[in-house]
Amino acid sequence: MVEFNLPANSKVGVGKTINVANGAKRAKSFKIYRWSPDDGQNPRVDTYIVDLDKFGPMILDAIIYIKNQVDSTLTFRRSCREGICGSCAMNIDGTNTLACLKAIEDVKGDVAIYPLPHMPVVKDLVPDLKHIYAQLASIKPWLQTQSPAPSRERLQSPEDRAKLDGLYECILCFCCSTSCPSYWWNGDRYLGPSILLQAYRWIADSRDEMTGERLDNLEDPFRLYRCHTIMNCTKACPKGLNPAKAIAEIKKLMVARR
Amino acid sequence: MASNTSDLRSPLARVRGLGSAKDGTEHWWGQRLSAMALVPLTIWFVFGVIRHLGADYTAFHAWMKSPFSAVMMILTAVVTFHHAHSGLQVVIEDYVHVEWQKLALLIAVKFLSFALAAACVLAVAKIFIGA
Repeated sequence: MVEFNLPANSKVGVGKTINVANGAKRAKSFKIYRWSPDDGQNPRVDTYIVDLDKFGPMILDAIIYIKNQVDSTLTFRRSCREGICGSCAMNIDGTNTLACLKAIEDVKGDVAIYPLPHMPVVKDLVPDLKHIYAQLASIKPWLQTQSPAPSRERLQSPEDRAKLDGLYECILCFCCSTSCPSYWWNGDRYLGPSILLQAYRWIADSRDEMTGERLDNLEDPFRLYRCHTIMNCTKACPKGLNPAKAIAEIKKLMVARR
Repeated sequence: MASNTSDLRSPLARVRGLGSAKDGTEHWWGQRLSAMALVPLTIWFVFGVIRHLGADYTAFHAWMKSPFSAVMMILTAVVTFHHAHSGLQVVIEDYVHVEWQKLALLIAVKFLSFALAAACVLAVAKIFIGA
């Protein structure tokens, strides 16, 4: 059955509180999930009280400040700081989003920061993405053809190119998949919204010649049909994409080819 | 998604697993079609029952004996149990992760749905044929 009770070693405790606000006018608390594989301790939530005038407006600015100035052991992924690399995906104020696109002022009260839900944790805010990357590889996210390679570019009409809008923008941050209850319960076999959106991106590409094989690979009670249109994916996507619609399009094609 | 350290297969080998079942569309489409069919059937059934509030046995019996009512009642019962069976199957597959429990529940739900549908059909047929 679904594990409603977490194993004893995953109970999250209260950690240390570090106040570096020093009576600042704009002080704010950041409550951040901490876990290290090295010390044999349970996870804990550390509280950092910081002065908002010391850094930029985004959540990412705050945690970079904390790492650089307050506690260098805090571990998280980040790279582009402008919403295009997908590295800093985490659960902020109860919602999966990118730390670099989430403004601190949009969070009322204390800012709670956790890693993406229901993924194995490597350390602190860093989830283990091995499995979901393997799922991405399994749908072969590249152009596949049967006809011999042309001597120039493969042509695509502007109309056919437009069909990829809303799909190609996905940055693989996995905010959607990790917000999906179906992916939480059956992520070992269900591909989840992010991977299915990627699958549809290649199914919808007019230059690809393996559409049937791609659909064959998805036609499975678990890989595709664990989607129950919960729509958390669409709600979570920090890029404003609609993975639920991409999944619905795949289901329509499944019926159309019968 | 507990990572099993004794499993030395590559992540891709685990994801590809036993391959696609090449199945699921029939089930998904069947669930949608039965849901659509249940809209008029349920409305007919609810209004039929409301119309016979306080009616005696003979009035209800006469209503069920008409060919239209009998056909509608059989359809309502069969489609309801078909739909309930597909829905429960999905719920069990979603939430029951111990293989023998899952299998036992799936079989139990399937047998029970067929048995209840057969009982309903027999009851209507008995009235229609004129017991």
